[in-house]
Amino acid sequence: MAFFRPRVPIGALEYSRRWSLRLIFLVTLVFLYAPIVTLIAFSFNDSRRNIVWKGFTLKYYERALQNDELLLAFANSLTIAFFSTLISVILGAMVALLLWRFRFPLKAPLEGAMALPIVIPEICMGVAMLAFFARVGWPAGLPWPLNLSSITIAHISFSFPFVAMIVRARLVSFNRELEEAAKDLGASEWEALRDVIIPHMRPGLIAGALLAFTLSLDDFVITFFTSGPETVTFPIKVYSMVRFSVTPEVNAASTVLIVITVCLTALAMWYQNRLAAKEKGTGK
Amino acid sequence: MNDSAAPKPIVSIQNMSKRFAGAVTAVDQVSLDIGAGEFFALLGPSGCGKTTLLRMIAGFETPTEGALLIDGQDMSQVPPNRRPVNMVFQSYAVFPHMSVFDNVAYGLKVARTKGSEIRPRVEEALELVKLGGYGARKPDQLSGGQRQRVALARALVKRPKVLLLDEPLSALDAKLREAMQMELVRLQHSVGITFIIVTHDQSEALSMANRIAVMEGGKVRQVAPPSELYERPSSRFVADFIGKINLFEAKPLGQSGAALELEVPALGRIAVPFSGDPAKVAWVAVRPEKLRLLRQPPEDGSLVFPGTVAEVAYYGETSHVLVSGPNGHGMTVNLHNGTQETPSTLAPGDSLCCSWAPEDTLLLAD
Repeated sequence: MAFFRPRVPIGALEYSRRWSLRLIFLVTLVFLYAPIVTLIAFSFNDSRRNIVWKGFTLKYYERALQNDELLLAFANSLTIAFFSTLISVILGAMVALLLWRFRFPLKAPLEGAMALPIVIPEICMGVAMLAFFARVGWPAGLPWPLNLSSITIAHISFSFPFVAMIVRARLVSFNRELEEAAKDLGASEWEALRDVIIPHMRPGLIAGALLAFTLSLDDFVITFFTSGPETVTFPIKVYSMVRFSVTPEVNAASTVLIVITVCLTALAMWYQNRLAAKEKGTGK
Repeated sequence: MNDSAAPKPIVSIQNMSKRFAGAVTAVDQVSLDIGAGEFFALLGPSGCGKTTLLRMIAGFETPTEGALLIDGQDMSQVPPNRRPVNMVFQSYAVFPHMSVFDNVAYGLKVARTKGSEIRPRVEEALELVKLGGYGARKPDQLSGGQRQRVALARALVKRPKVLLLDEPLSALDAKLREAMQMELVRLQHSVGITFIIVTHDQSEALSMANRIAVMEGGKVRQVAPPSELYERPSSRFVADFIGKINLFEAKPLGQSGAALELEVPALGRIAVPFSGDPAKVAWVAVRPEKLRLLRQPPEDGSLVFPGTVAEVAYYGETSHVLVSGPNGHGMTVNLHNGTQETPSTLAPGDSLCCSWAPEDTLLLAD
């Protein structure tokens, strides 16, 4: 027993030195990441089935890259995510500014309505979107990428409230005197927005954009109701492939998606940290 | 420039009021004329309306009533970005994402100043506030005092007719604040621009401004040069707010020659030289540094407050002696250490007389 006793007594807040807490930490990690690690590992498995390890290979990556339908689905997803993000960020930022800056009648109901797409079950949103596009007779069979417009609109409708919430939270820390200083120095309303408020919003805009991008990239339910045979996105394609069998090809494609998402998130975190470090000394 | 004796007011505030929603009157019927080249201070406790008044001059608040003229021009329809005034904000509001140079150049850029003119003017402004060579720094690499200089340079580079300063020194430590006071006075002399400063610190206002408006509850109580404000305050509030003072309630009895006779519960019946409206007098006051401490009552016609030493507080160059008199009245006396009766010879319980010349007595309205 003496062998395990720490030389320095464990401090009140040194949780990382307590065995019980280390165990909980470990179990959590396994619970969260074991499935993902397995998925990635078996994408390199030289077997048709995802059960037994037969040896290392890259052939399923090769096969995934030669699967035109999968590639088209991937391109569709990226295109939808790009436009959805772009418009969500603009719309979300405008809503955030509106709610932060102005007082007007029915402001509280509007704020509530803004949060609605976040809380409504996705399946209801999906059905609603399907009914909506059928009712307005949204044209189908347009040339690429216009045929993705209905999915993109659906994605914008559930993404921009997230952007609005993040940007709004960021704006709380804005020092109103900065805007007044800009105007005092001769800036018009628009110049003050461009030169002072938007630079302050930037971390929120980036975080919001990343969230909107990932939300769009991996949305299944709502997309399922708004996509047609010509407009298959990556999650829908994977789902249809899995219905036949879970091949390492699916694993390979998923791994690529995971890598992209992780890289984007890491980039965003790095950028946020850099900004935070910069702002630290500036005070307000 | 106007050659007449009374300088033409650069800022003219006429019966200006500001009422916020909920019927809070922040500024109440204020009229002020501020001359060109003045260093003018708006002084008052927090919530007295001085910042609101300053923000109305800058254009960030719209007056509920009244008019504002800057250099003879009516400002009621002029937005803040078109007014010939610039402001140094309490938080300095230095743009954190711009370099020092870009901060100072910002006002010139949005005014579409010629590109070739911007650099020399920015560098001149930075030299003026002793920040030459700091242009490339970012605000987070500057100290609080340096950031304030950036805010100053940024405002001065616009060559405003009036520079507004909102509590500019409140965020600095005591030593730096004192240096910055001198610096601001020097700067004002060298650029010749009218400065209007808002402060709650009476020593700051006294040492920097050449005229001070003391505000309370949205009203201006007195406008006067510092020495007059200190020596001849017009009301109890002003006397109490500017410096330390011993105050006693008084009842005027009647004029006898050049003196006014008063009944003061703490002092008895006294006569003080006075010319004015006796009906308004409600308080008798005397500054602590005008008092002498004597073991025996003097025979030279001085006023006397007998009592015992209650407490002696040592402040380095001065000592404050609290003397308690009859009926629970007290008086504070400031002594310069080493020049008068040294406080070391005073001990709590000593019987003494506080005495002062009748002309040093202030008679104040409520």
